[in-house]
Amino acid sequence: MTAVSVPIEHVLVLAAALFTIGLVGVLVRRNVIFLLMSLEIMMNACGLAFIAAGARWAEADGQIMYMLILALAAAEVAVGLGLVLQLQRRFDNLDIDAASELAG
Amino acid sequence: MSLEIVLFYLAALVSLSATVLTITRTNASHALIYLIISLLAVALIFFLLGAPFAAALEIVIYAGAIMVLFLFVVMMLNLGAGAVEQERRWLAPKMWIGPGILAAVLLLELLYLIVGTEVVTPGQGVGPKAVGIELFGPYLLAVELASILLLAALVGAFHLGRRYMRARREEIE
Repeated sequence: MTAVSVPIEHVLVLAAALFTIGLVGVLVRRNVIFLLMSLEIMMNACGLAFIAAGARWAEADGQIMYMLILALAAAEVAVGLGLVLQLQRRFDNLDIDAASELAG
Repeated sequence: MSLEIVLFYLAALVSLSATVLTITRTNASHALIYLIISLLAVALIFFLLGAPFAAALEIVIYAGAIMVLFLFVVMMLNLGAGAVEQERRWLAPKMWIGPGILAAVLLLELLYLIVGTEVVTPGQGVGPKAVGIELFGPYLLAVELASILLLAALVGAFHLGRRYMRARREEIE
């Protein structure tokens, strides 16, 4: 099993496709839980691109960037889900448009 | 076409279809199950790319911890009279077919890798040791910054969640 047998272009195309699916999810869904899930999909796609690049040049840096993305995702989910609970308490639904009061 | 390429395309197909199914579900629990399948497929791709440590982290932290956190909140928001009926509907056998098929494909790939004649030898790809040496060498400052970020997230999540719990307690009383 060699590390470079999978062509990096194909992995990058997969990462781009996953990122696009996540972006479409953020744009079309209005439920906050689904928005957070789509953000996770996008971050995961970024991690995949980093891992692919790290594997291509056989360096550890890609995996380290992936770990930092992982820490960022964990922090974002913790705060995001706290906000979801607050949204549920104040507006009694999870529609993101309910929280558009600041739009003026 | 070599073996890893075929396995990679299968895992990529599973990952893409599971992700599309994730964002098109109307039920948050079903979407989470598909998202977990997608993350497992990406973990297999990491393994094929020669990053076993990242694959393990993907399963333990992403598919394990973060997705369970999501599930906790989804379950928490569904307290009330209809919860039991909803629970029964979520566990309907029919909805396990899709995730089951996708997971079975991943399991077959994994069994093929484990039982197969090819042996995964350390030294090829980037192992955990190299990652650790880099992580606590040149990237030490980034590790410290990540820990500060996690501490801030901990304090923020506690603050937001505490007010929610207090309000719930008052509602119940």
